[in-house]
Amino acid sequence: MAQATATQQGAQYRRSVIWEWLTTVDHKKIGILYMFTSLFFFLIGGLLALLIRTQLAVPNNTVLGPSTYNEVFTMHGTIMIFLVVMPLNSAFFNFLIPLQIGARDVAFPRLNAFSYWAFLFGALLILSSFLFGAAPNAGWFGYANLTTLPYSPGLNVDFWIFGLQVMGVASIASALNFFVTIINMRAPGMRLMRMPVFTWMTLVTSVLLLLAFPSLTVGLVELMFDRYFGTLFFEPTAGASVVLWQHLFWIFGHPEVYILILPPFGMISEILPTFSRKPLFGYPFVVYSGVSIGFLSFGVWAHHMFAVGLGPVPNSVFATTTMLIAIPTGVKIFNWLGTLWGGSIVINTPLLFAAGFIGMFTIGGISGVMHASVPVDYWQTDSYFVVAHFHYVLFGGSIMAIFGGMYYWFPKFFGRMLDDKMGQIHFWITLIAFNMTFFPMHFLGIDGMPRRIYTYQAGMGWDFWNFEETIGAFILGASVLFFAYNIIKSLRSGEIAPADPWDARTLEWSIPSPPPVYNFAVVPTVTSRDAYWEQKYGSAEPTDAEKENLNPSPTTVRGIHLPPPSYYPLVAAGGLVAMAAGMVMHGGGLAISWFVVAAGVLVLTFGLFGWSFEPNH
Amino acid sequence: MSGLSQAQQIAHHSDEAHATSTGISHNKIMMWAFLASDCMFFGSFIMTFMVYRGKAAGGPRPQDIWDIPYTSVSAAVLLLSSLAIVLALTYLQRGNERAFRIWLVATAALGLMFLGGQFYEFTTFYHDGLTLHSSLFGSTFFVLTGFHGTHVAIGVIWLLSLAWLSKKGKIPPSRSEMPEIAALYWHFVDIVWIIIFAVVYLIPYKS
Repeated sequence: MAQATATQQGAQYRRSVIWEWLTTVDHKKIGILYMFTSLFFFLIGGLLALLIRTQLAVPNNTVLGPSTYNEVFTMHGTIMIFLVVMPLNSAFFNFLIPLQIGARDVAFPRLNAFSYWAFLFGALLILSSFLFGAAPNAGWFGYANLTTLPYSPGLNVDFWIFGLQVMGVASIASALNFFVTIINMRAPGMRLMRMPVFTWMTLVTSVLLLLAFPSLTVGLVELMFDRYFGTLFFEPTAGASVVLWQHLFWIFGHPEVYILILPPFGMISEILPTFSRKPLFGYPFVVYSGVSIGFLSFGVWAHHMFAVGLGPVPNSVFATTTMLIAIPTGVKIFNWLGTLWGGSIVINTPLLFAAGFIGMFTIGGISGVMHASVPVDYWQTDSYFVVAHFHYVLFGGSIMAIFGGMYYWFPKFFGRMLDDKMGQIHFWITLIAFNMTFFPMHFLGIDGMPRRIYTYQAGMGWDFWNFEETIGAFILGASVLFFAYNIIKSLRSGEIAPADPWDARTLEWSIPSPPPVYNFAVVPTVTSRDAYWEQKYGSAEPTDAEKENLNPSPTTVRGIHLPPPSYYPLVAAGGLVAMAAGMVMHGGGLAISWFVVAAGVLVLTFGLFGWSFEPNH
Repeated sequence: MSGLSQAQQIAHHSDEAHATSTGISHNKIMMWAFLASDCMFFGSFIMTFMVYRGKAAGGPRPQDIWDIPYTSVSAAVLLLSSLAIVLALTYLQRGNERAFRIWLVATAALGLMFLGGQFYEFTTFYHDGLTLHSSLFGSTFFVLTGFHGTHVAIGVIWLLSLAWLSKKGKIPPSRSEMPEIAALYWHFVDIVWIIIFAVVYLIPYKS
């Protein structure tokens, strides 16, 4: 009898833990959800990369046929951008922003939860396409009119359209949330120019998300209308221009790459000062350059279209703006170097990844600025030179910075340290294998190897480097598994982390690891940049906040009320994805599709009204 | 209160006051940020329309089917609805909840009139041979104005919900910010229509 009760109680406890995560509105839990979901998708995207490299290891290979290859590289790109780097950045926004600005949560906790669930469901929708043998296959950029019905009659493009639209809603909701949170929920005294750089970069990224995504949304809507309702947006025989798709896509697509890199810039700007034991060099310049990169990013999009034939005037204008945007980026590199210069460097895994980032991102930036020259780009475009460029900035840049951020902030998120010795091994294997895989792509590109080809003839002079790159890719894959092992081992039995293991500078380190649910027992008052450093080593008397936050008394925290959990965000996200899935079904000719769409509308409406009317204090 | 330490008082206060860094509420800033995003959304559709302006081969031309006086009346109705919502807010802020509800419903009614007028207008265009797939003019016209109409419809639902909430006493003058944010959205939708009306209907097409 006692056993049955214990099992029942155990079952109830298990169900309530799941329910707790399904209905959480706590930004820290949501950040953890984003993190593990993205890391899982990273493994899938990586697997697709290994498939690509296996197919390209030798000439005339037969591992993947051409149509499958198209699906593999399209999904590799789409997954890495939308299901890995963006949500990994989100994981850090979610966990860190309230902590860095001295707040107890984000401005709209339920909208935050909705963003996660909508992202997850959109991601599952697009991944489900594999189950139907209809994975997106027209590139991550889906150029019309390849993607119109006559040339893409299957469901592949429909999964792509609707998966991206659902995830786009999630991104815009998230951007609204973080924009308002950063503008409006800073602790007293935290003026904008006293915010941590990661918070600044998140602010700029949020603005970019808000202003760039609508262009993609409109392009996808127009493509969807063409495919489903017979409109003529990308129908050349009706006088349409397929270049319109490219403009709409790249007006989104270029700011998107800054959305991918600015948060990592922010992470590096936090890691380097901590392990140089001195403040960030030229903080105002780092902030202003981040803002100007955001602004300029809307003025360079057609550098993705130099070979389309826009004409010498547009090409020259965009070449100029593209060269201009390299300037604020370069400013940041010099500021990071200036931070390291003369510092008492602590060599550990986060610092190594930050240093590796500076080197690898600079290489990617150099190849990028080469692309800015139109005649040079005529040679490089659509070749492996471009593949080299963007992997240097996205893997050598974003991913390495994110890895550094994971080693740096893992103690804060989980209360345990990641094993640093294993981390340093992870870093060196990553650095070497990454360069093995991607550096020779510069050579292959110059030697004429085009992108997106499923195989190549022997005797083109490409055999050796392709094979070598495949070896590099597999070593890189192994290093990721090694990292996963470190994460799992450290979660279980890693060294317990104190509140401030690194003697760091920003407010998130002033509270326990992991933080209590309310973050700050007493909201701190900020008097300078590097607010926590000032608290620790400044000359002012310790405040109540400092005395209470590490070890709060029960009476202090008794009055703190936090937003209650809610299932409406989950419901609303479910309704949204049902609408999207129903539309894909309609594309597949299923009769119940309209029912599914209608059910989705009802569930979404029910979710939204319930959300609006439930008490949230 | 006096028995609590300064820290406890601060903890208690910072929750009660819900002070914001700018002094403006979260909801209002979010609405402004959302409207900025929505600007880019409509901007992209308008850009598409402009790129394809006048491509009407295979179907009726704009100048053949327009009834500018009719559409002007419809536009005026929508503009009047913006005035109506301003009146509604003013009455609420002055404590007259009944007049607030009346003018809120009037705003929604004018919005519905606008939508009805559009429905009638689109039906006549359809009978004249303008469809989603008759020409690029058809595609761009219906999608652009259709999304605008959807925004109006969402606004109407929002306004009527507010009127209902007010009837239940949930919107006293102290809570006038909620309808104020709805009004921001409504004015935005109106401004977008002014731009669409000018760019789509009023600027002449080459013959």
